[in-house]
Amino acid sequence: MGKIVLQGVEKHFGDVKVISNVDLTVEDGAFVVFVGPSGCGKSTLLRLIAGLEDVTGGRILIDGVDVTDLPPMKRGLSMVFQSYALYPHMSVRGNIGFGLKMAGLPKDEIARKVEAAAATLNLTQYLDRKPRQLSGGQRQRVAIGRAIVREPKGFLFDEPLSNLDAALRVNMRIEIARLQKALATTAIYVTHDQVEAMTMADKIVVLNAGRVEQVGSPLELYDRPDNLFVAGFIGSPKMNLVGGRIAEGYGAATVGIRPEHLLVGREGDGWRGTISVAEHLGSDTFLYVDVKDVGLVTVRTQGEAGLRTGDSVVLRPDPARLHRFDRDGRAIRAA
Amino acid sequence: MAATVNTRRLARAMLTPAVVILFIWMIVPLVLTLWYSFQNYSLLNPANVGFAGWTNYQYFLTDPAFFQAFANTLILTLSVLAITVIGGILLGLLLDQFIYGQGIVRILVISPFFIMPTVAALVWKNMLMNPNYGIFAWIATSLGMQPVAWLETYPLFSIILIVAWQWLPFATLILLTALQSLDEEQKEAAGMDGAGFASLFVYITLPHLARAITVVILIETIFLLSVFAEILVTTGGGPGYATTNIAYLIYHLALLDYDVGGASAGGVVAVILANIVAIFLVRLVGKNLEA
Ligand SMILES: Nc1ncnc2c1ncn2[C@@H]1O[C@H](COP(=O)(O)OP(=O)(O)OP(=O)(O)O)[C@@H](O)[C@H]1O
Ligand SMILES: [Mg+2]
Repeated sequence: MGKIVLQGVEKHFGDVKVISNVDLTVEDGAFVVFVGPSGCGKSTLLRLIAGLEDVTGGRILIDGVDVTDLPPMKRGLSMVFQSYALYPHMSVRGNIGFGLKMAGLPKDEIARKVEAAAATLNLTQYLDRKPRQLSGGQRQRVAIGRAIVREPKGFLFDEPLSNLDAALRVNMRIEIARLQKALATTAIYVTHDQVEAMTMADKIVVLNAGRVEQVGSPLELYDRPDNLFVAGFIGSPKMNLVGGRIAEGYGAATVGIRPEHLLVGREGDGWRGTISVAEHLGSDTFLYVDVKDVGLVTVRTQGEAGLRTGDSVVLRPDPARLHRFDRDGRAIRAA
Repeated sequence: MAATVNTRRLARAMLTPAVVILFIWMIVPLVLTLWYSFQNYSLLNPANVGFAGWTNYQYFLTDPAFFQAFANTLILTLSVLAITVIGGILLGLLLDQFIYGQGIVRILVISPFFIMPTVAALVWKNMLMNPNYGIFAWIATSLGMQPVAWLETYPLFSIILIVAWQWLPFATLILLTALQSLDEEQKEAAGMDGAGFASLFVYITLPHLARAITVVILIETIFLLSVFAEILVTTGGGPGYATTNIAYLIYHLALLDYDVGGASAGGVVAVILANIVAIFLVRLVGKNLEA
């Protein structure tokens, strides 16, 4: 229950092509995350799946049924909005139960389901409050309660945590992931937060300018990016991308090496440079090394390596972890 | 500390003239009205002057015209409120959908509000409702029906129509603005929750409009209790007392019957009644303004 398939989905706003030819399969029970830079069409794609926007072309199937022309309420999905979109004049109870009420369920059954959902989300003591009497995190939970109470075929989340502070975000992230696993309901989650994407997803869909750049598990995207865009987008701090003579030496137009895959030494062969900034974070140290012909290279080393600004160092990329890209930005894979 | 005290003192000093003038402006007519209301003061009988006790009030409150005027005032106010609020919501919903030529349509809708009551009433009386050459009569004749003498046959209804026409734009504008401030995502969320058009209106839109509706009702009531010009230029309060409201009755007493004392007593009664209605209304709908 809850397999979502997109076939050649397109969306134009007037002359602007916002989503072009997206093919995607979301397996039943999977947690799929859409990531991409701002304005790449993540929200639009989610709204197309929800039925809040009409597709310009292509088809959307849920459990094998073509829902392309069905209104949102007939698709059996529920959505958590970035602004929560709670109904301000209804109590928490009313908010969570609204969908059931619209579905015409008997009162006692609504009450029972609302209580159950509230218990799952630790909202029981707030059931009679209005949304404005709740904190941001509590509102967020009400929005999630509204989504789960209808037992939908799938959840759609549009950046649900972006209005919360950092600590609460981590908690809610874990809570949402736990809840989704417990309910075994398909979820599509939009975010531009790397950490959310990497930690929550079974599968990440990287979008860029309305196209799918790559689909894969978090580690697949990290270890084997298909192209320059994904290589640069996934991973924090960003992968170092080097062109020119050095790349030619590896038989590529561009080579990429992640900051954590560079070995730092004082002597020997490699890329020679000087440390222009050293950031000590305690567990890690980030070095920004000025390398001749290459520019600023980010390096991540463990612990306090005794390196400081102005030191001259040699960087050696781990050849097994080096990514090579051709002139079009496609990954070159050893045959 | 000293600075704020000084600023406050200075602010008070600067405010004083305005407050004093406003106070005099308000208190002098009120005190004069109160004073006259206890005096024998009829322009037709200049010899009979002096303290009258409660007789002016007695006459005013037992006058059958007073009851009719009171009822008319209530009917007029409530009918116009109902028409403008319901019509305003419908028009607001319509204009909220309307995309093409929205600016022009909005100006057209709001324009009746800028027409002076006297002019509006004259236009209605002569151009629309006149049984001989009015547009309504022309429509009726072209449909093969008997033209209706609106102001003679349905006088109070006609007045209600005219006043409602004047206040509809105000209600529409306030309610339209409120409609447009309804969060789009809330509507979408309700849509995903399975709310159709009717449920969306009842459970989301109407509660959102509650505050705006309250504002419309409170503001309109203040003006509707004292409708005057429309009555003066169309029916003159008649036929009989059919369209006389309290404001018009007071005018009638003072300037047609030349009974200044009686009119003053009526004025005081009107002020008291208006306050009762206001308190009642605020109790009834004012809780929407909290929140
Ligand atoms: N109703 C609309 N009319 C015209 N263009 C639109 C409309 N909605 C979105 N767009 C455009 O579509 C593109 C994608 O928008 P979308 O909201 O999907 O981005 P996003 O990936 O969610 O970005 P963000 O991370 O900032 O939320 C943007 O360039 C935006 O300007
Ligand atoms: Mg977005």
